[in-house]
Amino acid sequence: MAMTPAPTPPTSALPQGTIAPDFTLPAAVDKTVRLSELRGRPVVLAFYPADFSPVCGDQLAVYNEMEEQFSAHRAHLLAISVDGVWCHGAYRQQRNLFFPLLSDFHPHGQVARQYGVYRPDDGICERALFVIDDQGKIRWSFVSPIGENPGADGIFAALEQLARPRGAR
Amino acid sequence: MAIIQGRLKTPVNSADHALGRPDAPLTLVEYGDFQCPHCAAAVPIVAGIREQFGDDLLVVYRHFPLSKVHPLARPAAEASEFAAEHHVFWEMHDALFARQRQLNAAIILEIAAGLSLDTAALQTALDTARYRQKVQDNFADGMRSGVNGTPTFFINGRRHAGYQQATLVEALLKVPGPRGPAGPDAGSPSRTGADQV
Repeated sequence: MAMTPAPTPPTSALPQGTIAPDFTLPAAVDKTVRLSELRGRPVVLAFYPADFSPVCGDQLAVYNEMEEQFSAHRAHLLAISVDGVWCHGAYRQQRNLFFPLLSDFHPHGQVARQYGVYRPDDGICERALFVIDDQGKIRWSFVSPIGENPGADGIFAALEQLARPRGAR
Repeated sequence: MAIIQGRLKTPVNSADHALGRPDAPLTLVEYGDFQCPHCAAAVPIVAGIREQFGDDLLVVYRHFPLSKVHPLARPAAEASEFAAEHHVFWEMHDALFARQRQLNAAIILEIAAGLSLDTAALQTALDTARYRQKVQDNFADGMRSGVNGTPTFFINGRRHAGYQQATLVEALLKVPGPRGPAGPDAGSPSRTGADQV
């Protein structure tokens, strides 16, 4: 994980304060998720490079242990990569993931591009996190070096700040 | 919002399992999982680092069981807490990692018996989840500190990427501040230090 030399991180990820671009992506062969339909609750978007990375250091395996903590914030967690729905299905089943894996496969990486986290040279997306508030506005975004799993502390710090009364921000 | 990531949320404290002097200038906190092969691989690495840094280093182990992939990680962690109550945490820690490949519920009890622990009392502690809260608190702390897999190490409160001995040693040597007279040079003569990187 951390041994991979990190390419220059891009600076193009949509910053906080931006309205999160709406999208509809397949979560399975017969199921799609539309971002704007999740308004009213915080949404965490976790873009990641590819399904089936090693287990112990795996970002999604770590998030998968945190179902209670995500629900305590009433937050939807959506993981997104350019893998196809069949691959996602196999991966999700094998890892018993509680959150959906959205497929940004066709048009390839379109949503990742909208969020400024597509890597055209590799054809995959960055390891990037977005915390979106209940009104659909990006409140925190972060791009990790591609080989470095960011953990969840930033996500939960951002969710906690969202939960505070507006005057206290 | 400005958010700093990868900082140890809860400082080393008396509830921790620690090896070394509490006032050591260097602290190495590991978040680990008894069923994680990388954590087992890290055991001799941490031992080597302890040997090298001697009294300058305090080593702490905290639980970060990835229960959905490692179903025995949490019971093993709870069993180690039982062992801790009987002052044999590190013996239990070493034995659990040493027998990781065969680990099952019976082996955990067998290890406990080998440490002269009361296995019936251990079974009751596991059945009643007596130590579950402590293990969960470790997990939650780790989550808020940026633990991103196991093992994750923090050197004087900062997350360190990876667990290679050379990079851990290099990072420990880079921590500013005074070292005791038994400093880095008092350790094993075979040590090669940071220039090996």
